[in-house]
Amino acid sequence: MHPTDFTLRGAIDALNEGIITSVDLTQAHLDAIAALNPRLNAYITVTGEQALAQARASDARRKEGVAGPLEGVPLAIKDLFCTAGTLTTAGSRILGNFTPPYESTVSANLLRDGAVFLGKANLDEFAMGSSNTTSASGPVENPWSRANDPDTRLVPGGSSGGSAAAVAARLALGATATDTGGSIRQPAAFCGIAGIKPTYGRCSRFGIVAFASSLDQAGPVARTVEDCAILLRSMAGFDPKDSTSADVPVPDFAAACARGVKGLRIGVPKEYRLEGTPPEIEALWEQGLAWLREQGAETVEISLPHTQFALPTYYIVAPAEASSNLARYDGVRFGLRVTEPNSDLRDLYERTRAQGFGAEVRRRILIGTYVLSAGYYDAYYLKAQKIRALIKRDFDEAFGKVDAIVTPATPSAAFGMDEKQDDPVKMYLNDVFTVTANLAGLPGLAVPAGLDAQGLPLGLQVIGRSFDEETVFAVGAAIEQAAGFTALPRLRAGA
Amino acid sequence: MSLDIPTVRRIAALARIRLEEGELAQAQAELNGILGWIEQLQAVNTEGVEPMAGGGAVALRPRPDAVTDGGIADQILANAPDRQGEYFGVPKVVE
Repeated sequence: MHPTDFTLRGAIDALNEGIITSVDLTQAHLDAIAALNPRLNAYITVTGEQALAQARASDARRKEGVAGPLEGVPLAIKDLFCTAGTLTTAGSRILGNFTPPYESTVSANLLRDGAVFLGKANLDEFAMGSSNTTSASGPVENPWSRANDPDTRLVPGGSSGGSAAAVAARLALGATATDTGGSIRQPAAFCGIAGIKPTYGRCSRFGIVAFASSLDQAGPVARTVEDCAILLRSMAGFDPKDSTSADVPVPDFAAACARGVKGLRIGVPKEYRLEGTPPEIEALWEQGLAWLREQGAETVEISLPHTQFALPTYYIVAPAEASSNLARYDGVRFGLRVTEPNSDLRDLYERTRAQGFGAEVRRRILIGTYVLSAGYYDAYYLKAQKIRALIKRDFDEAFGKVDAIVTPATPSAAFGMDEKQDDPVKMYLNDVFTVTANLAGLPGLAVPAGLDAQGLPLGLQVIGRSFDEETVFAVGAAIEQAAGFTALPRLRAGA
Repeated sequence: MSLDIPTVRRIAALARIRLEEGELAQAQAELNGILGWIEQLQAVNTEGVEPMAGGGAVALRPRPDAVTDGGIADQILANAPDRQGEYFGVPKVVE
C-alpha cells in the first residue's frame, strides 16, 4: 500500500503501531506533490523543509510517549489561514507578498495536536468563487475527468478548490477549508471527498482572512466522514480572540459517526426539487433517502418556503460585509502598493485596489458598496437581513419536526474550466443547495454518494441543528457506508 | 433600479477602486445584471420581521477593557510597503 493511500484514521493507527514514521509519511506526500502539483496547482506554497522538520519533531515526541490526536499527520492548509512566517496570499495579488507574524487559531490548534503542514492550498481570490478560477496563482485542476472526454480539464469547485483537489489526489490526508456560501461542501462534492461546514461559532475565525464575517466558518475536508470528524475536533473550540466564537464543549465527533440513524427523522425539503436539476442528482437523492430508511430512519417531507430567496439574499449580505472587510487593503500597512510619481494618498488607494484585486473581488466590493450606500441601505441590506431571519425561521420550524435534513450537495457535477465564466449569476447558482446553511448558521456536511454517467462524483448534503454536528456526522457516515464510494480520480499519487 | 454611468463612477470612488473610462460600461452591465437578479427580494413580505445581523445563535459577550498586547511595532511594520522608522510611509497629505 502506498503511504498516500491511508485514510487519516488509518495513518494515525499506522503511526501508533509503528508501521510508518511521520517522516516517511510526510516525504511520500511531498514526493506526490512534486509529481502532481505542477499539473493540478493545488498548492500555492509548499513548505517541504518545514514539514520534514515538524515530522522529525513529531516522531521524536512519539518516541518519548507524547502523542497528540493528530501526531505526525500531514495536512494542507487553505491559503486563507494565516501561518506565522509562511506566505499567506488569500489567492490575491494584493496579499502576494504577505507573511503573517501570527498564527490563526485553527491552524495553531492543529499544530498543538501534532499535525504536520505540507503547504498552503490554492483557493478562489479571498474565497470568492465556485470554480477556483479566480486565484491570482492560477486555476486548480480537478483530479477527476469525464470518462468519455478525459481531455477536458474540470474545475475542482471553490473556493476551497486547492484543499479538495489536494485531498482527492492524495497530496494530503486532509485539509483545512472555509465555507461562506458553500466553499467547503461544493468542492468536496466536485472532488469526491467529504467536507463539513460546522455551526457558525464552532471554529474560531481569528487569523482567517475575512470575507463575510457573519457567514465565514472554517471546517475540514478529508476522504472519509470520520476523518473530517477527527480533524474538526482539533480545529474547533472556544477562542477569546474571536468575539463570535462559541463557548461550548467540543464533543467526540468521531464517536458520533458510529451512532447509526435508527429512529432519526430525516427532513426532505420540497423546495430543493429544482427545475433543471439533472435526473441523476434527483435519483441519487432518492437513493440516499432509501439507504437511510433501510438503516432505520424515517424520511419526512418538510417545507423551507424562503429557499428560493437565499442566493439573492446572500449576494447582498456577503458583498456588503466583504466591501467593509476588504477596506483594510489600502496599500499602506501591508500587501501591494501601486503608485504613480504624482500619486496622492487617494490615488494610491485607488490604483492599489484596482490592480491588487481581481475582477470578481472588485465586482463584489462594488455591489457591497452600493447596497450599503446612503439611500439604498434599507432597500437592500436591511431587506436582506430580514429575509435572512425568515430563512432561519424556516429551519427552526423544520427542526421542530426532524433531526437532520438531507439534500443534494450541488446542482451539477464538476464542470469544465472554461464553462460558466461569462455570467457571474450563473456561477453563483452553484451554491443553491449550500448557501441556506450559511445564512442560518447551521452545520452542513457533503458526503460522496455516487457517480454520474460520465464517472464524475456527486455528493449529498446533511444539514443539522445548531451545534448538533454529531447527528450530522451520524447521518453522513450512514450514507457513506451505504454508498460504498470507492471510485478514484484519474490523477492521483501512486496511480 | 438600474445604475447609470455616473452612479457606477460614484460607487467606484466610494470603494476606492480606480475604474478607467473604458471599463465603466462593462462594470455597469455586470452590476446591473446582479442587481436585476437581486430585485426579486422586493416581493418578499418582511413586515414586522426583525433583521438578523449576525451568524451566531449566541449573543456577543463583553470582555475586560484591558491592554492585552503591545511593544510589537516591528511585527506590525514587518509587511509595510514603505516603512519609515517606526511609521508607515504615505504620500504627502498636508501641504
